[in-house]
Amino acid sequence: MSTDLHDLYQEIILKHSREPKNSGTMDNADGEANGNNPLCGDRIVVYVKLDGDRIADAKFEARGCAISVASASMMTELLIGKTINEARAEGSRFIDLLTSKDPPEVADDDELAALLGVRQFPARIKCATLPWQTLAAAMDGSETEVTTE
Amino acid sequence: MAANGSYPIDRIRGDFPILSEEVHGKPLVYLDNGASAQKPSAVIDQISKTYETGYANVHRGVHYMSQIATDAMEDARRKAQMFLNAADEKEIIFVRGATEGINLVASSWGRANLQEGDEIILSVLEHHSNIVPWQIVAEQTGAVIKVVPIDDAGIFLMDEYEKLLSEKTKMVAVTHVSNALGTIVPVEDVICLAREKDACILLDGCQAAPHLPVDVQALDVDFYVFSGHKLYGPSGIGVLYGKEALLDAMPPYEGGGEMIDRVTFEKTTYAELPFKFEAGTPHISGIIALGSAIDYLNGIGFDAIAEHEHGLLEYATERLTEMNSIEIVGTAPEKAAILSFNIQDVHPHDVGTILDHDGIAVRTGHHCAQPVMDRFDVAATVRASFGLYNTKSEVDALVEGIKRVQEMFA
Ligand SMILES: Cc1ncc(COP(=O)(O)O)c(C=O)c1O
Repeated sequence: MSTDLHDLYQEIILKHSREPKNSGTMDNADGEANGNNPLCGDRIVVYVKLDGDRIADAKFEARGCAISVASASMMTELLIGKTINEARAEGSRFIDLLTSKDPPEVADDDELAALLGVRQFPARIKCATLPWQTLAAAMDGSETEVTTE
Repeated sequence: MAANGSYPIDRIRGDFPILSEEVHGKPLVYLDNGASAQKPSAVIDQISKTYETGYANVHRGVHYMSQIATDAMEDARRKAQMFLNAADEKEIIFVRGATEGINLVASSWGRANLQEGDEIILSVLEHHSNIVPWQIVAEQTGAVIKVVPIDDAGIFLMDEYEKLLSEKTKMVAVTHVSNALGTIVPVEDVICLAREKDACILLDGCQAAPHLPVDVQALDVDFYVFSGHKLYGPSGIGVLYGKEALLDAMPPYEGGGEMIDRVTFEKTTYAELPFKFEAGTPHISGIIALGSAIDYLNGIGFDAIAEHEHGLLEYATERLTEMNSIEIVGTAPEKAAILSFNIQDVHPHDVGTILDHDGIAVRTGHHCAQPVMDRFDVAATVRASFGLYNTKSEVDALVEGIKRVQEMFA
């Protein structure tokens, strides 16, 4: 196998996709949103529970590929405990990391660095970004479904 | 390969320039023919030849080039007529593809013939393009859609179909071959039963036309559609066959140039068939090159193609059945060369990306057939679809690729 496939399917990503963190449904969520990739039929639901302006808990249910599940899992791990504004900023930073023209600079200990391999696979970028867009909608209390198209 | 070993696979592969391309440093293994087939030089060269030596607008000019282009286009219409064994060339309408053909019938025939409470029968196997146009016209007319179920193998359930048929049935629109599963629908029986109720029949021949000989007169079908790009021809061109009497009685679909007899602001009279349904300047070079694709297929012969592709399907089915943790989706005994499957615990997109890395092109997703996916309770499948230029060693490459996916996700 050549190196770039390994960049995409790093051990940490495979691990998150096999045993996702915070996967499941949530009763009495303060926010909930659906994400849909109409091109491939993948779907995700993201739930958030707020404590003031802080994300007290986040969960997701996904029917999707390893990349989208790993991205959702890592996202919830990273954002639980953050304020809504911090979470939004992280979300924008993440989408920038994947879609910026120039190769981004990331710190060695950046949890999101593992997902940067997706940059080499343009067809898969939406798989990684959908959970984040859906979380943003869940925090907004937006009723409309998030779609990648 | 053909059992008699005479199938000229090397020559055929040589006819398709793209097959010598490399993808990620590996030879291209193109197993996505169900989505679109690659083009032989005969088709590619014809497109340049039209523009280099015989191009102008058609049916309009008195000048030489217009005549040459018109003749070439009408020649292609006769080739399509013979390809489907239509009774008359007037019955061949050039459209953008199957999608436009179905929309034309649903809109023009549907709005003229459907009334509240009339029923349209479709099947679970349909591509979205043979569902949505009918939903639109049902909405407009108050007609009702009924859906023929399939069994666990993906077989069209004839007895359920029979139960759905009634005096209310006005249209039966079903696929000839399922694009998601490969199931060949026994359309002769479908048509016979519909005839007893005087229902009209449209067959979606997108996946059938590249694999089996089609004879619209023997079938006694009312409408038949296919897309050129799946038939080794250009994209953006396809054929709608319709029985002359039906087409004659239908109102135009689009208005414009080419489709008129005489226009005044008081009243416009329409052109004869087929031009009544061909408003605007057509895809001239595409039509002519579709004719070249048909010539190319006839040159190899449908029996030889069908035998070759069937051999590939059997071999691939056998090899995948031997593997662990593979589920084949769609196991009807009568199938065209389409193999849909899933690898346990690996999402089709991940399979697709990893196979692509080995130069293997397969389709992953719902194949524009979400009702089929729902029937099998899967979000998506991996689909390998074989064409006349594929080989058993390409099936072997697929099998090796699947093993690498399994190792990676083990
Ligand atoms: C069975 C079937 N019907 C209809 C279509 C639509 O064809 P097109 O997109 O060429 O109009 C396809 C192609 O994907 C198909 O496989």
